[in-house]
Amino acid sequence: MPANRLKQIHLAAHFPGVNNTTVWSDPRSGSHIEFDSFRRFAQIAERAKFDFLFLAEGLRLREQNGLIYDLDVVGRPDTFTVLAALAAVTERLGLAGTINSTFNEPYEVARQFATLDHLSEGRAAWNVVTSWDAFTGENFRRGGYLPQDQRYERARSFLHATRTLFDSWHGDEIEGDKASGAFFAEPKPGAFSIHDAFFDIEGQFNVPRSPQGRPVIFQAGDSDAGRDFAAAEADAIFSRHGTKDAGQAFYADVKARMAKFGRDRDQLKVLPAATFILADTDAEAHELADLVRHQQVSGQTAIRFLEQVWNRDLSGYDPDGPLPEIDPDLGEHTIARGRASVRMNRDPLAVANEYRALAEAKGYSVRELIVNVTSRQNFIGSPRTIAETINEYVQADASDGFILVPHITPDGLAEFADKVVPLLQEKGVFRTEYEGTTLREHLGLRRFGS
Amino acid sequence: MSVRQIHLAAALDGAGWHPAAWREPEAVSAIELFGPRYWLDQVRRAESGLLDFVTIEDGFPLEPGALPRLDASLIAARVAPLTSHIGIVPTITTTHTEPFHVSKTIATLDYASTGRAGWRVQVGARAAEAALFGRRELPRLSIEDLGTPEGQALIGELFDEAADHVEVVRRLWDSWEDGAEIRDAATGRFVDREKLHYIDFSGSRFSVRGPSITPRSPQGQPLVVALAHQSIPYAFAARSADVALVTPHDVDAIAGIVAEIRAAQAEAGRADERLLIFGEFVVFLDENPAEAIARKERLDEAAGAPYRSDAPVFAGSPGALADQLEAWAEAGLDGFRLRPGSVPHDLDAVTRQLVPQLQARGLFRREYEADTLRGLLGFERPANRYAPAIAA
Repeated sequence: MPANRLKQIHLAAHFPGVNNTTVWSDPRSGSHIEFDSFRRFAQIAERAKFDFLFLAEGLRLREQNGLIYDLDVVGRPDTFTVLAALAAVTERLGLAGTINSTFNEPYEVARQFATLDHLSEGRAAWNVVTSWDAFTGENFRRGGYLPQDQRYERARSFLHATRTLFDSWHGDEIEGDKASGAFFAEPKPGAFSIHDAFFDIEGQFNVPRSPQGRPVIFQAGDSDAGRDFAAAEADAIFSRHGTKDAGQAFYADVKARMAKFGRDRDQLKVLPAATFILADTDAEAHELADLVRHQQVSGQTAIRFLEQVWNRDLSGYDPDGPLPEIDPDLGEHTIARGRASVRMNRDPLAVANEYRALAEAKGYSVRELIVNVTSRQNFIGSPRTIAETINEYVQADASDGFILVPHITPDGLAEFADKVVPLLQEKGVFRTEYEGTTLREHLGLRRFGS
Repeated sequence: MSVRQIHLAAALDGAGWHPAAWREPEAVSAIELFGPRYWLDQVRRAESGLLDFVTIEDGFPLEPGALPRLDASLIAARVAPLTSHIGIVPTITTTHTEPFHVSKTIATLDYASTGRAGWRVQVGARAAEAALFGRRELPRLSIEDLGTPEGQALIGELFDEAADHVEVVRRLWDSWEDGAEIRDAATGRFVDREKLHYIDFSGSRFSVRGPSITPRSPQGQPLVVALAHQSIPYAFAARSADVALVTPHDVDAIAGIVAEIRAAQAEAGRADERLLIFGEFVVFLDENPAEAIARKERLDEAAGAPYRSDAPVFAGSPGALADQLEAWAEAGLDGFRLRPGSVPHDLDAVTRQLVPQLQARGLFRREYEADTLRGLLGFERPANRYAPAIAA
């Protein structure tokens, strides 16, 4: 059967977070807090047979110029609580949450994910991230004291600790013999002892082995060390390489790294985040994309973006005017806090010069520049064009699929579900029914434990 | 003195509170105890009896002789969308958790249940529990040691921390004023940041800046419930809780406990605030009281020891329990949290036999009269501490 030779696509739905992807001013745009929005979003994804739903994390409201940032969606619910509630209103959809290793403890996180896996009957996934900024730390006991070079070490140690906890039960400890009174088949189930540079913990884990053995582990690191970490430890990568060329290079790189850790290439899925703009025709979609870009990048938003590079208050500048002649402040970044993107900015002076050159060459105002350099839409076109593009990327090993972020919450996913998914199914590259019940089964990953 | 209405809660834990409850023929299989259907089924049974709320026990260690446990707040979330009226109150410790996380967990449960969330606050004095976290050393004390000066010092420290923890959680619940989300297209602002508040709590164990990442939830302040057995926790409950659960073993002890809590409440400056005081019972119920007693004895035999509890143990008929609840309510209690000895038997006996008895006496609701837990327990939706006072 030729269909079986085609690589299967994995699709996931990212409930939009607190950035300018969401066009909240659109009348169709619903709540980002009410549970009903999450329910609808999840049920659309499940109706379309998506692999999983994905939630990001942010543990302090963003600030800019010393004030809470108010131009984007602000506020989000607790990740674990929403995922457990969604387990009640879905049956097969995987439930993936981003939980950092800095402001949590391994015992508690392992227990929460093992519980979520039980309560969802095998659909839990954990995107492990590190966060270290003292800004976020001001909300926590533990604070934000970790030097940057230690945060990966702690993350690795944290992940190993939780793995030890998940594996502390093999899966056959519960005998439950009512007649004899033997609840356990062995005297000390869940016993563990972890003593390393970061954790000094021991006892018995009190959640039995969960259906997947371990939740699906996501990782998002992109540095050399981060890629090795993912190749060695992760089940999936939440990648930022959504274009074809960059995707192929990244894909080849991380998959090649797996051999030295003794892992099969198919036991790591590469899934970039992707946005999409759908319309009946490609031309209409491009027109719509331009409109959405301008909704996402208002004049005010453009100035704020520029400030994140310049590290200066630029509120006096006209978004429809030219770029500032003043150079970025190269000191400690203080203007925008609580944003991963700021921390990832390369040399600000180089970025500023790049922007200036581009603005001059194209005659861009501040706003038009930001509209163009922060271009978000990965897939623009008719349903057919988008289906073909996604399939082409996946068959060419630019990824194993995509984590889709609509710009309207929660119903922006419906168009994709109703129009693009059937075309992928027709091509024989996307499931028409769930074959398994667990997320590991959806993703073709092995389970752990007996 | 006549009794108004009695409030009733059920305390869910494992297969019931008796350690041998899982061996009962009616009990679900050991594996099912860790699946979603069992928990949903229990909460639905409680809801069918119009109970005010369920609590879900929790704890981090796997204790000798005890069963494993799932995270209570996630069980609560898992049942919330599939129930409609009953309050859902998971247990979370203050000793090893981050107030910031707890705050958004309960607020989010309040969203998922559209206004039915509560939090049963617990402290953890056990050294074995602290060892699971490795963040602090707790002395290895037995239950008996808790009465010694060293034990009391530890209890005092843990409840002081609990009071700070609850204070932070409550401030975070208020850190967004209602209506902070404005979606004002004209000015491009999603929120009115004048309505978002730093809480700037600073205490000996932690400091927390705020605001919460989660907007103020449907109830504003979800219900805080605390179990208390002696003066230090009485003072804590009086200062921090909305519902105090107490364990008098006879009717004569009630007045003293209630007086102590009310005095502590006044001392904490909360004399005008509503604080309900519930009694506790572990219950084994059968229409024929001899059967209930025999069943408990059978369970004791299976467990190899007579069942002991911090709460009084009642084995008898639902009618006799109704008599006792009525008398104890007259003595000053607002309601009761009942711990079923085994599930489903004793939970069903509460909802199908005890509840009709109380209804027949005019002491218990015949239908749910409110959609929120605060509403069921007679609490108004509170004003936000950070909102500007409305001029009179």
